[in-house]
Amino acid sequence: MLGFVVRRLAATLVVLLVASFLVYVLTAMSGDPLADLRSAGTRQALVQLASLEERLNLDVPPVLRYFLWLGGAAGCLIGRCDLGISIAQGEQPVIDALGAAMGSTLQLVTLATILSIIVGITIGMTTALRQYSGYDYTVTFFAFVFYSLPIFWVAVLLKEFGAIRFNQFLDDPVLSPLATILISLGLGLVVAGIVGGGLKTRVRVFGISLLLSLAILTLSSLTQWLKSPSLGIIGVILLTSGLAFLITILNRGLDDRKAVWTAVGMVAAVAALWYPMQFLFFFVNNPLGILAAVVILGVVGFVVGTFFGGDDKKEISRLGAIIGAASVLVLVLDQMLMRFEEYKAAISLKAGFISTIGAVTPALARSDDMWLRMLDSFGHLILPTIALMIVSVAGYTRYSRASLLEVLNQDYIRTARAKGLPERTVIMRHAFRNAMIPIATIITFDIAGLIGGAIITERVFAWQGMGALFNKGLQAVDVNLVMGFFIVTGAIAVIFNIVADVLYSALDPRIRVN
Amino acid sequence: MAKKPVSDETQSNREISIEQRETEGLSLGTIVRRRFFRHKAAVASLIVLFLIALLAFTSVGVVIGGSGKLVVNQETGRLIVDGLRIEGWWKYNWYENYPVLNSGGTPTLSLWPFQIGEHPFGQDTLGKDIFARVMRGIQQSLLVIALVGTIATLIGVIVGSVSGFFRGRLDSLLMRFTDVIIIIPTLVLGAVLGRTFGGNAVSLGILLGLIAWTGLARLVRAEFLSLREREFVDAARVAGASNARIIFRHILPNAIGVIVVNATLLMSAAILIETSLSYLGFGIVAPDISLGQIISEYNEAFKTRPWLFWYPGLFIVLIALAINFVGDGLRDAFDPRQRRLPRQGGAWQDLKKLIAERGQK
Repeated sequence: MLGFVVRRLAATLVVLLVASFLVYVLTAMSGDPLADLRSAGTRQALVQLASLEERLNLDVPPVLRYFLWLGGAAGCLIGRCDLGISIAQGEQPVIDALGAAMGSTLQLVTLATILSIIVGITIGMTTALRQYSGYDYTVTFFAFVFYSLPIFWVAVLLKEFGAIRFNQFLDDPVLSPLATILISLGLGLVVAGIVGGGLKTRVRVFGISLLLSLAILTLSSLTQWLKSPSLGIIGVILLTSGLAFLITILNRGLDDRKAVWTAVGMVAAVAALWYPMQFLFFFVNNPLGILAAVVILGVVGFVVGTFFGGDDKKEISRLGAIIGAASVLVLVLDQMLMRFEEYKAAISLKAGFISTIGAVTPALARSDDMWLRMLDSFGHLILPTIALMIVSVAGYTRYSRASLLEVLNQDYIRTARAKGLPERTVIMRHAFRNAMIPIATIITFDIAGLIGGAIITERVFAWQGMGALFNKGLQAVDVNLVMGFFIVTGAIAVIFNIVADVLYSALDPRIRVN
Repeated sequence: MAKKPVSDETQSNREISIEQRETEGLSLGTIVRRRFFRHKAAVASLIVLFLIALLAFTSVGVVIGGSGKLVVNQETGRLIVDGLRIEGWWKYNWYENYPVLNSGGTPTLSLWPFQIGEHPFGQDTLGKDIFARVMRGIQQSLLVIALVGTIATLIGVIVGSVSGFFRGRLDSLLMRFTDVIIIIPTLVLGAVLGRTFGGNAVSLGILLGLIAWTGLARLVRAEFLSLREREFVDAARVAGASNARIIFRHILPNAIGVIVVNATLLMSAAILIETSLSYLGFGIVAPDISLGQIISEYNEAFKTRPWLFWYPGLFIVLIALAINFVGDGLRDAFDPRQRRLPRQGGAWQDLKKLIAERGQK
C-alpha cells in the first residue's frame, strides 16, 4: 500500500512540476509587472524599478527564471520556504500572503465539499430508489437548472435574497398564514415523495409531515424563535432524538429492538450529560473541547450499545458510538446559539446575522470565545458555501443517481433480495457501497473545480482568500503570487488524488493496489 | 380484478412491438434521430436555441472582420465599429448612448398589456440599450460555444483515439500531457491565457478550445481501448485494412455516441467558463461585450437597476440549460440502456386508478 502511494505521489509530482512550469511561463509572458513604475518616470521610481528588477530577476528570461523560483520553492521541503516577494501585495513575501489567505479559503472549500457530498448523494440516491416518480422528475429538472447556473450570477442573487431580504425577515420573523401553509404543503409533498410506498403510506406520511411542519412554523412564528434562536435542554433532546431516529433507521431499522433501546438510551445519556458538558465547553474553550466531547459521547455510546447489544454486541455498540459522536453536532449548535444575543450585540446594527462581506467580523476575530468566533464564521460562510454547493450538488445528484441505478440492475442485488435479506440491508450494504466507488473518483476531481469556483465566489463576497490573491496577482502580472496560489491548489489536487486511490481500494475489494 | 392480467399482457405486447419496430431494418442514424425526436425536452430546447440564435444575430446585426474597435465616423460624427457591419432590424446598437427615456432607464417591456416599447430590457445610466447589449453578448457567447465545441472535440477525439488505438509509449506520453492540463483548474488556465491572448470572442473561443479537450480525450481513449479488442476490428485487419481505415471507418463510428454527447456537455460548460472569465475581466473585454462582462459591470447596481442584471443572467441560464437538455436527449438516443421508460405507477396514477375503481363500483 505504502509503495503504491509513493509511486502515485511521484507520478503526480512530475505532472505538477510540468504544470507549474506552464503556468509560470504563461503568466510571466502575459505582461510587464513593472509597467506602472516604468511609465512614472520620476527619479524615485527609477531607483525602485532597478531594485525590483534585480529582486525579481527580470533580466533572466521566464523559462530560466522558473528554475530560480523552483529552487526557492524546493526549500519548502526542507523547511526554508522562499516563494519570492509579491509586488501586488506591496513587496510582502508570498508565503506570508498565502498564510493569511489560505485559512478562509480552505474552510470554505472544505465545508462546501463535505456538505455537497452529503446533500448530493442523499438526493441522488433517493431519486434512484424512487425512479420515475414525480419526486425524481422534479429533482432531475432542478439538477439540470442548477447545473446551468453561472456561479457569479447566483452569488449576487443570494446576496440580495439570501442575506439582505432574509436578514430583514429575521428582524421580525412572522410568517403569514398563507406562507406557512404553502411551505408545509411543499415539505409534505417532498417527504411523501422520498418515503414513497403505496398510496396509503404516502397519504399518511404527507399528513404527518404537513401537520408537523405547520405546528413547528406556527410555534416559531408565535414565539419569535428565529429572532433569538436557542436550543436549551429541550431542543437538544428533540434534535438528538431526530438524529438517533435517522441513524437507527438507516443502520438497523426500527424492527431491531436492541437498536431502538440503544438509541433511546443514547438520547437519555445526552440529556443527562448536557449539564456537565457545559462545564467542559466552558473551561476547554478550544477545538480540543469538541474532540473531548466526541470521545466521551462515543465511548458512552459504545457502552450503551454493549449493554443493550445482546447477541450482536459489535454492530449495536458501533451504532451507539455513531449516535454519540453525531450528537456532538447538536451540542455544538446549542453552544453557538447560546451566544446569539451576544453576537448580535457585537456586530453593527445594520448588518444582519447572514453576512455578505468578508470571512470574519474584524471586531470578533480576536475574541477569546471559540463559540462566538464559530458563530461568526458560520454567518459569513453560509452564502458563499451555498453558492459553491449549488453546482456541485447538481452534479453529484446526477452521478449518484446514475451510479445507484446501474448497481441496482446487477445480478448480485437480485441474489441478495432472493436470499431474503431485508431491503435496507440490500440498499445500504450491497448497493450503496458499490455505487460509491465511481462517485469517489468524481468527487476528488471536482475539488479543483471548486477552487476555481472559489475565485469567483470570493470576489462576489469580498473575501480576502486565495481566489482574491490569484485575481490580484494575475491583474498585476505578479508571477510569484499566482504561483503561490497554484502551489496550494496543486498540492490539494495531489492530496485528493491520493485520497481517491486509497478510497478506491478501501471501497472496492477487487482492486489490489500491490 | 379479472381485467388486470389482460391489460398487463397487452402492455408487454405493445412494448415488444415498439422494440421490434425500432430496429427493423433501420440505420443507426435513423434510430438515433427517431429516439431523439421522441425526447420532448430536447427537441424543445433545440428550437429555443435556434430562436435565441436567430434573435441575437438578426436583431442588432453583426460585424465581420476588422479590429472590432470603436471609431468615430468622420462624416456623421457617430461611433461605429471597425469592420464590415451588417445592420439588423433593431433600431439601436450596443455601443452608442441614447437619451434615457423612462426614469432611471426602467424596462419598457410589459407582459400585460403586452408591449415591447423603446427599450424592452431597459437602459443603463449612460442610456445604452440593454436589449442590444444582451443580444451582442449572446452572439459572442454562441460564437465561443461553437469554437470551443469544434476545436475541443477535434483535439479530444484525435488525442483520445491515437493514444487508445496505438497504446504504448505514445499513449502514456499523451495521457501525462492530458494530466498536466487537467491538474490546472480550467478557470485558472483560462484566466492566465485569456489575459494574454483573449480580448475578443474569436481568440477566447480558440484558446478555451485548446484547453477544454482533456475530459473528452480520456473518454474517447477508454472507448477505443475497449473497441479495438472487438472481433470486427480483427476482421478488418485480416481483410487488410490500414490503421487509418480501421480508426476512421470501424472504430470511430462506434464511439460516436460518447463523442457527440460529451461534445454537447462541453459546449454548455463553455458558455459558463466564458462568462465567468469575462466576469473576472480576463475574457472578452471592452469595447466588445459578453454577458458575463455586462453582469460584472453592473454588479453593484442590483438594488437600484435590477434589469441590468436579470436579462444577461437569464440568457446565460437559458442557453446552458437548453444545451444540457439537448445533451440529455442525445444520450438517451445513443444509449438505449439509459432511456427513460414511460412512467408507470406513481402517486398520480395510483390516485387515478383508485378513482376509476371507485367509479366502477
